Formats: sequence, C-alpha cells, structure tokens
Amino acid sequence: MSNEIEPIRDPGLPAHQHRQADTDPIAAQRAERQVAILFGLSAVGTLLLIYSYIFVKSDKFIFIPVLGNTNTQQLGLGMGMAVALFCIGAGAIHWAKTLMPDEEVIAQRHEFRSDDEDRAEFVKTVKSGAASAGLGRRPLIKRSLGVALGLSGLTPLLLLRDLGPLPKDNLQKTSWKAGTRLVTDPGDRPIRPEDLEIGAVAQTLPQLAPGEERTLNNIGKDAVLLIRLRPEEFNLTAERLSWTHEGIIAFSKICSHMGCAVALYEQQTKHLLCPCHQSTFDVTRAAKVIFGPAARPLPQLAITIDADGYLVAQQPFTEPIGPSFWERSS
Amino acid sequence: MTARERIAGNVAGYVDDRTGAAKWMKKNLTKVFPDHWSFLLGEICLYSFIILLLSGTFLTFWFDPSQREVIYDGGYQPLSGLKMSAAYASTLHISFEVRGGLLMRQIHHWAALIFMVGIVVHLLRVYFTGAFRKPREFNWIIGVGLLTLGIVEGFLGYSLPDDLLSGTGIRIAEAIIQALPLVGSYIAFFAFGGTFPGEAFIPRIYTVHVLLLPGIFLALITVHLMLVWYQKHTQFPGPGRTEKNVVGYPLMPVYMAKAGGFFFIVFGVTAFLGAVASINPIWLYGPYTPGQISAGSQPDWYMGWLDGLVRMSPPLETHAFGHTISWNILIPGLILPGIMFTGLALYPFIESWATGDKREHHLLDRPRNTPNRTAIGVMALTFTVVALLNGGNDIIATTFHLTINQMMWFSRIGIVVLPPIAFVITKRLCLSLQRADRDLVLHGRETGRLVRMPNGEFTEIHEPISAEKAWTLTSHEQIAPLELPLADSAGVRRPGALKNKLRNRISRATAVAVSKATETERRELEGHH
Amino acid sequence: MKRLSRLRRHRAAGPILLIFALFTIGTTFQVASAVNSDTTTVAARSATIDEGKQLFLKGCSSCHGLNAEGGQIAPSLIGVGAADVDFQVGTGRMPMADMSVQAMRKKPVYNPEQVNALATYVASLAPGPAVPTDAVLNYERDGSVAQGGELFRTNCAMCHNFAAQGGALTQGKYAPTLMGVEPKQIYEAMITGPQSMPVFSDKTITPAEKLSIIKWIKSTEAEPQLGGTALGRVGPVTEGLLVWTLGIGLLIGVAVWLAMKAR
Repeated sequence: MSNEIEPIRDPGLPAHQHRQADTDPIAAQRAERQVAILFGLSAVGTLLLIYSYIFVKSDKFIFIPVLGNTNTQQLGLGMGMAVALFCIGAGAIHWAKTLMPDEEVIAQRHEFRSDDEDRAEFVKTVKSGAASAGLGRRPLIKRSLGVALGLSGLTPLLLLRDLGPLPKDNLQKTSWKAGTRLVTDPGDRPIRPEDLEIGAVAQTLPQLAPGEERTLNNIGKDAVLLIRLRPEEFNLTAERLSWTHEGIIAFSKICSHMGCAVALYEQQTKHLLCPCHQSTFDVTRAAKVIFGPAARPLPQLAITIDADGYLVAQQPFTEPIGPSFWERSS
Repeated sequence: MTARERIAGNVAGYVDDRTGAAKWMKKNLTKVFPDHWSFLLGEICLYSFIILLLSGTFLTFWFDPSQREVIYDGGYQPLSGLKMSAAYASTLHISFEVRGGLLMRQIHHWAALIFMVGIVVHLLRVYFTGAFRKPREFNWIIGVGLLTLGIVEGFLGYSLPDDLLSGTGIRIAEAIIQALPLVGSYIAFFAFGGTFPGEAFIPRIYTVHVLLLPGIFLALITVHLMLVWYQKHTQFPGPGRTEKNVVGYPLMPVYMAKAGGFFFIVFGVTAFLGAVASINPIWLYGPYTPGQISAGSQPDWYMGWLDGLVRMSPPLETHAFGHTISWNILIPGLILPGIMFTGLALYPFIESWATGDKREHHLLDRPRNTPNRTAIGVMALTFTVVALLNGGNDIIATTFHLTINQMMWFSRIGIVVLPPIAFVITKRLCLSLQRADRDLVLHGRETGRLVRMPNGEFTEIHEPISAEKAWTLTSHEQIAPLELPLADSAGVRRPGALKNKLRNRISRATAVAVSKATETERRELEGHH
Repeated sequence: MKRLSRLRRHRAAGPILLIFALFTIGTTFQVASAVNSDTTTVAARSATIDEGKQLFLKGCSSCHGLNAEGGQIAPSLIGVGAADVDFQVGTGRMPMADMSVQAMRKKPVYNPEQVNALATYVASLAPGPAVPTDAVLNYERDGSVAQGGELFRTNCAMCHNFAAQGGALTQGKYAPTLMGVEPKQIYEAMITGPQSMPVFSDKTITPAEKLSIIKWIKSTEAEPQLGGTALGRVGPVTEGLLVWTLGIGLLIGVAVWLAMKAR
C-alpha cells in the first residue's frame, strides 16, 4: 500500500427503491383515491366560497374559538378559497409523489465558457464592426455624439422640475403670528389660562380667520401642545420663562427628529415622549432632549393672553419647526 | 391514434411550423430539477409575486388614489361623517362594501409579507450554501436588487391607504429625504408637490407601485429565472452528484406537478392567512392627519430593522455655516443601509478575491464546511436581528415588562458587541460540527448499546455508516490557504506585497478546518479494532 | 334721604319693589327648605366621612400622612377630589402592592361602599373633582362615536394606542389598556389625570366630548373580528411575527413534504 492518502470514494447513485404504489396495485389505487379526495375537497371549498358570496350577509358573525366573534362572510370566502387552492396543490403534489415516476435522472451540465475560437471570432467581429463604423477614426462624430447623448440625459431631469414648487421659506415658517389665538384640536375653541388645571394638556392649532380652511399642510406645521405645570417647576432661562404664561408652556408638536406628533406627556416626570423613535424631552427645561435620537429641543411657542383673556401667541416661532434640513441655520 | 391525439398533434404542428418550438421544448421538457425543500424557497417568492399581481389588480378596480378630502358616508359607523382622503375612503369601501374586498386586501398584504420573508429565507439559503459562487454572481446581484426593490414596493403599497399609521411612515420618509445635504428640501418639495403632506404624493406613488416597480420586478424575475434555467440548478453533495451533472426529476411530468401544485399551496396558505388573521386594519388606525399619532407606530417587518437603527441612533447633528446635517437620520437611514446592501451585493466577489477560488461551482457547500462564510453570515444576521428587535422595542417592552430605555441601551451596545461574538461562536460551532462529521465517518454511529468486554470494560457499540453517508460527509474540498508571493524571485519586495499579505491572511482564516476523514484513516482504524 | 324719597315716588318703584319682594320670599323659602333637607344628608355625610377617615388611617395614612398631607413616598391628597380616590382605589391601583414605577390595576381591596367613604373623606378635606354620576355618564345617549374616535386619536392614542390597547412610556411605565375599564373610571381618569396621565380639562375637552371618547372606546371594545383574529391590535409587529412563524412555517412544512420521497 502506498503512502498516498486515499479519500473516501463516491459510491455512485444508490439503486432505485420502489414505492408501495409501484409494486402494490392496491397501494396505487389508494394513492389515486387520495388524490381524487383532495381534488374533491377543493371543489367543496369553491362551493363554500360561492355560497358565502351569494347567501351570507356581510353583517353576520360567528364565534370561532381562538379567532373570536368573526365575520361569517369574510371567513367563508377566505376559508373556501384557501381550501379550494390548497387542496388542488396538495392533490397535484401527492399525485406526483406517489404515482408519477420517482426514479432520479442524471443530466450532464454543459460548460458556459465559449470556445477560444468563438471568443476570438467574437472579438474580431466587434472590432471589425467598430472599425467599419469608423468610430475610432472619426473623433468628431464620437465627441459630438457623446455631447448629444449626455445633454439628452438632462431632459427627464428638466421635465421633472414641475413636480413641485421650490421650498423657498416654506420650511421655515408656520401660520403662527403675534396675537394668533390658540384653539382646541378638534373643536376650534379658544382657551383661557384658567381652563387648564395644573397637570393638564391641550392639543391646539392656530385660530383660523373667517373663511379660512385648515389643510393638513397647516396642521403638519402648526400643531402645538399646551402643558400646564406649577410655575416653580420650570427650570428656564428668563427669556424662555417670559414665553410661558402662569405655568402654561407651549411646544411645537412636530418632532424635531422626524416629524411625528410628540404628544405623549407624562404628568409626573414632566417628560414628553415621541412614540415613533422614543426621543424624550424634558418639559421643565424647554424640551431639552434627555433620551433618544432627536438632537434638538422641540421649538417653544411664546404665549400670553389677549385683551379678552384668551391664550395667544406672543410672536411666531423663532426657529423652523419639525425635522432638520440643509438650509436650517441652527 | 385517437381523435384527441390528432387534434393535439395538429395544434402542436401549427405552432411549430411558425416558431420551431418543438426542438426547444423537447429538450427542456425533460430538464432535470434536483429535489430539496430549500430549493422551493425561491418559488415561494415567485408565487407570492403572482398572487400580488392578481390580488393587486383586483384592488385597483375600486381604489381611488387621491388625497382629495371627502366626508365619509360609508358603512363603518365609527368613522361616519369624518373628513378623510378619497384614498382612505375607497379603502374602507373595498373593506366593507365590496364582497371579498377585505379578504383580497388581506391576501394582498399577507402575500407581500410572505414575498419578503421568502426573499430573505431564499437569500439565506443561497448564501449559507455558497450557491452565489461562479457562475451565479449575476443572479445574486439581481436577487439583492429584488430584495431592495421589494422593501420599497412594500413601503409604497402600505402607504397608499393614507391611514394614520402609514401617513406617519410617509412623514418619516419625508424627513429622511429632507435630511439629504444640499438637495434634501428640494427633492422633498418635488416629491410631495410642496409642503408635507400635500395632495400629490399618494397619486404619484400609486403609479410607481402598480406600474413602474412591478414592471421592473417582472423584468428582473424573468432574467433571474432564465439564468436559473440556463445555468441549471445547484445541488447538494451526495452519492452520484458531481460538479458536472445534475440529479433530480424531469420537468415533465414530475416537476410540473410539484411546482404547479406548490403554486396552489402558496396561494392557499396566503388565502388562509387572509381569512383568519386580520392585517393592516386601517379602519382602526383612522385617517391620516399630521397632528395625531398612535403608540407603537411601526413599519412592516421588512422595514423594522431600519426603524430600529433610527431609534437607536445617537442624537448627532452638525450645525455649521448656517447649515444643518442630521447624522441621526443620515447614518441609520441611508449610510448604514447603503453599506449593508452594497456589501451584500459584492459578497461573491469579495469571497472569491479572498480565497482565490475562480472556478465554477455547482455542488453546494454544507454551511459547517465553510466556517468563515457561515460566521460572517450569522454575524450580519445578528446585526439585522438586533436592529429589527429594536424596531419593536416598545411592544417588546410592554409585553415582557421591560423598559424601552433598557431595550434601547441593549440594542445600542448589542449591535456593536453581539455580531463579533456571533462570529466567533459560529466559527467554533462549525469546526466542532466538522469534528463530529469526522468522528462519525471514522468511528460510526453510536448505537447506545453497551457491551461488557471479557476484561470487564464497558464499551458502546458503534455502527459503521453507509458508504453514501460517508461520501456525503467527506466529498467537500478543503482548499489550502493562498500563499501569494510577497517578493519576486530576486528577493525584492513586490509592489502589491501589502495586498498579497492581506489576501494570504484572509485566506488562512478562511481555510481553517478540521481535516476530513479519509479512506486511509478509516482502514488504519479498522486494523486497530 | 332726599334721594330715597325721590326714588320712592318714581313710576317704576311699585313694580320693582313687587319683584324684589317676590324674589326675596322665593329665595328665603328655597334656602330654608334646602337647609332643612341638608340636615339629614349632612348627618349621613359626616358618618361616611368618619368611616372614610377610619379606613384612611388604617390603609392609606402610612404613606399619604395622617391628614393626607403626603409624605416622602406618596403625594398629598388634599384637593385631589373624590373622583381621584374613586379611580385609584376603585380600580385597585391603590393601595399599591409594592413600590414599583407604576401602580397597577388589580382587584380592588375595598368594596364600593368603602371606596365611597374614602372618596367622601378625601373630598371633605378640600374641594376637587367629584365622582361623575350615572346621569352624567349616559354616553350612549350623549356621545358621538365618530367624534369620539377623532378626539381619541388626537388626545389619547399616542399613549393608549390606536385601538386603546395601551402602550409603552419611558422607564418601564406604561399606558394601560382601556379594554374592560368602566366608563366611570375612564371619565375619572380624564378629569383627574392619575399617575403619568395628564389632566384633560372640561374646557378643552368638554364633558360631552369625554362621553364621545368613552362611546368610541366602548364601540371599539365591542367591535367583532371583521377580518379574522385581531392579533392584539398592536400594528405590524404581531403581523410580522405571524408571517415568520405560521406563514413561512406552513410553507416550509409543505416544501419538506413535497421534497420527501414517498414510501
């Protein structure tokens, strides 16, 4: 015996083993019956679907364990369809497995690589084609074609320009102006400071001028959350404190991270949480970020009361609200 | 010849006269497909795609892709009289007034989830068995493209009904666009036709969702399948299976029946889910308005990892020269996914560069026999799963009485620490499994029967394994590590020495293996006993 | 005096005096009768207050102080009102089982009479929101379900989720599910703001609007399964879980059967 290491040898494809249905006619008949039953079940499924579509009213409910009180029509249609389709599939597969030939077949693979001859021929064809077009010899055509193709690529970009207006200062501004009343959302009722108890919150929007319609675009920028604390709980700069009124503080509800509505206020901890990405803001410190991915506090709206005693904005927001963008300066 | 055969013959003749299809068909009807359950994962994707086309077409007959404001006067009382978009109202109409409409909506949505699950599981199978190697790199790249497009298509699809949850998703997508340096706010304004949410976005993504992307899908899937057909399917190692052949069942009739039957199975299972399990109950979410939000606002699972990454991102933003760059959005929302998908697409080339293996492969690897690849895969998977879990951290926190803060810190640390740990553990596990294979081949199967030897010693009887099994466990190649020269024949350092050194290093790591059992060893042991 | 006599001789003096006289008689009578009927309830009330005080001293004062003035670990209850006590004790949140981050809803320790006594006692310390009566709570009559849904989504869904199933807050706190909560307790929670929950003032969400919210919650609670099992009504997370288990599990199961050789 030589010193060479001998690997374990391939014993080759094992001999084909006959199935029951191949040797036993009774087993074959049984398999045939099973397939037929599956196809028959499928037909029953379709009948259930037809019945549910025509005869079952959409306001009927049936109690099914696990599922609960379920809409009968929806369930009948769905289960009918599921049974109809599944059983066709199961029948076909069972048929293939038990009654169709199950002897494994060997097929040879072919090589993908073309012959060297073909490759050389190909290169020659391409070269001669290119040469006969004269692309190499006529640089003027090549260059002008390049310029033309490049320029034509601008067309779709240009045509897409009218998809929308330029941003201008739209991202920087909201509808809030000095003296705009805060009104409840929904309900549009103006709010007096005494309407809010300590620990109360209110979802607000700017009051509309008569005849104005509120659009979602407005709400997306104007939504403001009012929170009332004890004034001594604030830990604010003098300027920010002057933006509050008797312990009532107002923040933009649009998250400074990705624009979700931040309105999840915890009365005891005085924290605001954004349910989208869990940025947490401390209300007592002008919505400073204390947890999560947001990098900036929520913009604070300066509020006061007007001559009639209703809460109004002292001034517009002093910074853009919502998520950051390139042109944002702070 | 019966009358029926005559008619069939005439039709076939008519077609062949004009197309010459008989020659092609003759060859391909006997095409051989290897049988393994994991080879059907790609079929799950193909069939769900067909289900998506069928059910989606049904939905378009009633869906009104418009953000025009309407007052709801349909049958669902809890929303009666509310303002909403026509898109939302028509989705309610499909759900409650069209018979089978809710079923179709649910089938469509479940099929989308199954489509994405199928893609991921199929990708994992292809990755861990090395089916992406030469000559199948193109198909790997197409697959990665389909995965990426699938995520986009799914997101656009569930955004169409304009409900509170999906509107929140669009809001977040807008924030990602807006965060792009330099052009962000312009692209956002172009995409939305002005300020968010506007009235243009849903009609626009509708066209993309039902026309543009399905068209691209159809083209890519066709090429994907044609390549599979032309290159023939890979097969697992086993007796009689070589790099030069393919062992399995012919298309006609076995594979036609099996694959065709499996289409109905996938459709049936999807219909079953659509019948018994509610999905995307938009009537409960309510119509979208930017002032409202629900606790636990999550995307569908295939976007969940992205949301998880965004959640765990540190609060980084740069403010300089009057401009803002939101790293807290750009890194988790664009840069990391960009790196992940590029790495995924380039993996076949990276591996063949590292191992120096430029040959064709049609026999699959058992994952344990390529410890490095398997470990890298598990590492990437761990990264994604941590991100995905963090995407549902609030639901997990309330279900298991944890805090979202704990979950977040677990994810922030885990996403850095766990993948390398997973790599090391997986690699060791693979090597242990190799050792187990070797023992199995050399010593046979443990029977559990104890025998007392004449000298009083107890031993367990080992049964030798079959020749087929022994071959399956040892047929893989064990490639020696690369030894690229660092210096030329004159002993002078070559220009590419550093690169070669790196490749040698990686190749050495890749080639770590428990040497497989050989016939020689087997015989030696037998002589011993 | 000159001025008075001039007024007396004014043309309108007669009628005005007459109205004044009638008004005085009417109010006096009303006050007298009220005092009369109050004497009995006052007696009953003070008995309830006493009972409440005894219960308070036994069960609550160790944390909230002998006079409900609050302590190191528990807030003052002066001025929280009967509604607050009725909510906290009536839902079993108080007395707390342990000092966890949040008092959990559990089986109430006190029976309704005792809860009433405690509430009356605490309300007697300083005025606060009262327990809403059944007449007030007629949400079926006074509420609008669609308006309630809109209000719920604006004011409540951010914590309690779109279908009132509850959700996570920071540091392990959570907004509880509202399924199976009595209308009275939902109402009390809105006007008192228990624990983490803020107060929803009657001026920003009117009592009628609060009833609408309750009506919507009740309608959502009673809503049958329109599209099959609701999967907890928590959104895409459970849907993803189902498709990764049952969905792909069924399909792979069939695939394994398909590829298995028949015997």
